[in-house]
Amino acid sequence: MTSVTEQVSAKATDPSIEKLPTGITSFDVIAKGGLPKNRTTLVSGTAGSGKTVFAVQFLASGIRDYNENGVFVTFEESASDIRENMKSFGWDLPQWERDGKFAFVDASPDPQIDIIESGNFDLGALLARVENAVKKVKATRVSVDSLGAVFSQFSDQSIVRRELFRIASALKGMGVTAVMTAERTQDYGPVARFGVEEFIADNVMILRNALEDENRRRTIEILKFRGTDHQKGEYPFSIIPKGGMVVIPLSAIQLRQKSSDVRISSGNASLDEMCGGGFFRDSVILVSGATGTGKTLTVTQFLEGGAKNGERCLLLAFEESREQLFRNAIGWGVDFDQMERDGMLRVVCDYPEVVGLEEWLISIQSIIDEFKPNRVALDSLSALERVGTIKAFREFVIGITSFIKQQEITGLFTSTTASLMGGSSITETHISTLTDSIILLRYVEMFGEMKRGITVLKMRGSLHDKRIREFTIDQEGMHLGRPFRNITGILAGTPVQISPSDLERVWGALDSDQGKARRPSVDVADYRGDDRRRSS
Amino acid sequence: MGESLEVPLSKYLLKLYVTGTSARTSVAIANLQRICEQELEGRYELEIIDVLESPQIAEDEKILATPTLIKQLPPPLRRVIGDLSDKDKVLLGLEVRPAFDNENRDRTRGAPGTEKRGENRERGVS
Repeated sequence: MTSVTEQVSAKATDPSIEKLPTGITSFDVIAKGGLPKNRTTLVSGTAGSGKTVFAVQFLASGIRDYNENGVFVTFEESASDIRENMKSFGWDLPQWERDGKFAFVDASPDPQIDIIESGNFDLGALLARVENAVKKVKATRVSVDSLGAVFSQFSDQSIVRRELFRIASALKGMGVTAVMTAERTQDYGPVARFGVEEFIADNVMILRNALEDENRRRTIEILKFRGTDHQKGEYPFSIIPKGGMVVIPLSAIQLRQKSSDVRISSGNASLDEMCGGGFFRDSVILVSGATGTGKTLTVTQFLEGGAKNGERCLLLAFEESREQLFRNAIGWGVDFDQMERDGMLRVVCDYPEVVGLEEWLISIQSIIDEFKPNRVALDSLSALERVGTIKAFREFVIGITSFIKQQEITGLFTSTTASLMGGSSITETHISTLTDSIILLRYVEMFGEMKRGITVLKMRGSLHDKRIREFTIDQEGMHLGRPFRNITGILAGTPVQISPSDLERVWGALDSDQGKARRPSVDVADYRGDDRRRSS
Repeated sequence: MGESLEVPLSKYLLKLYVTGTSARTSVAIANLQRICEQELEGRYELEIIDVLESPQIAEDEKILATPTLIKQLPPPLRRVIGDLSDKDKVLLGLEVRPAFDNENRDRTRGAPGTEKRGENRERGVS
């Protein structure tokens, strides 16, 4: 991951090497402008790592976004296969071929034809074809996919190596920016097979599709851009239909966060009070609690509070079905149906397993871009956690929190703790530093009865109520009651009642003004009376 | 495939793709002409195509390497790449089998004119 200072100096690049924006979403961010212009970049990766998609997308975005034509040299798949395969990404190669914007040099092996080698040869015909195609469509971008497949077409490897070197230098002479793909056998190992990195060593990128904890995780890494700057390390990416490759630049998007001191309502006046006047508008709040403590209720109130205020709300629900959510909301006096009809609410309900976390991040971002909500609630992060690795999950949370903050949207995420009483979840330990506020919902066992407690653990940039307060849930939603004064150990999951005299002694020992001001004698007496009444 | 070609003395249509007038080009042309004179005398037609002048033909024919020799006729289509210095491989590619009776033929030299053979129409069944 890049450091802050590195990001700040992002613009400090060698002026002699120009960058060519590729148009691949966010790739240009991590490449700090794009691929080095008029040079060849080696893109190396294992089978299925997305090399061909990158190579085609480099040309497709050139045609679509920059009016730059391209030539695709294929050694592996036939041109007709590629035309067919790339349709699903929305790249109409045949149309571009007819328009004279795109040309294939089809050097894929023909299984019908036996080739016999007799003596020394060169790849002069291939070079002539590439030059011809570049001239024909006035191409400024060339992709060669893949070098390994050239080697397998000929038996004399040293000739192929010499000839590829000649082609790479000829491409330089043609004034085109080129991408050449190459195979590697392992995601972490030598850059490429056949030693091709020897002759296109200036710029090397690596695509990975590593298997971690039974999950595939795609990453892209720029190993080097000779003489020019780029971001270091692996960046997750995804290959999505109708879009191709989408890179997720984690550090780049964190940079532009603004900070707002505008407060918004949580949808519950007492909770607003506990938070010191409401949530901050561009903050991300984590609500953590065991199952049934009222997380979904907090979400529902948050959305209702937004809609009442004329704010658009987005609910991303991964735990309950749409029907369940709507029915529960009605049970708390909130009409999601009406809110949706008013255009104030959009509910996205799906199983977290349908796609990977990278895809979720991308599709959530596009939903937010399209719907432009003021509030986003996600219920729950824990459900998403099981879809990917811990690393992928962290990246997802970083990605979504920074994206939300950047848009000045308030985000409310829930996370489920594993144990009923107290405890923390893995989700929390991984994301608590990323969120601005944390609200804990806990069960408190008192005299054989389960009570619910709520506390604001953290409220970045604001004073807040540090007490643990009891709350009840009825058909009107959540009602905050008195603080648990004579109970200790709620967060640890082992509530112990303290006798009032002990409590007096503890508070008495704290002789600071603050301690006196918060002396809770009245509350304690109240509580005692309450309990006596119940037990009798 | 071989069975269908009952016509004796069928004509060989050969195309040789080369790049410009390099040394390799001239070696290949010389080698091919020699082999043809020896093995296919009077029953071949040779066309030499410079891919630098006609890159589109190279594109249409999907030629990668130069020199490339294509046996257009008789079928099946065969390709031999290289400067054609290995005569045996060229004959294999053209599916012209040299006579069986010259065991003392010097393969390493590939000496011209040592093979004595009449019309050899034997064809490998591919």
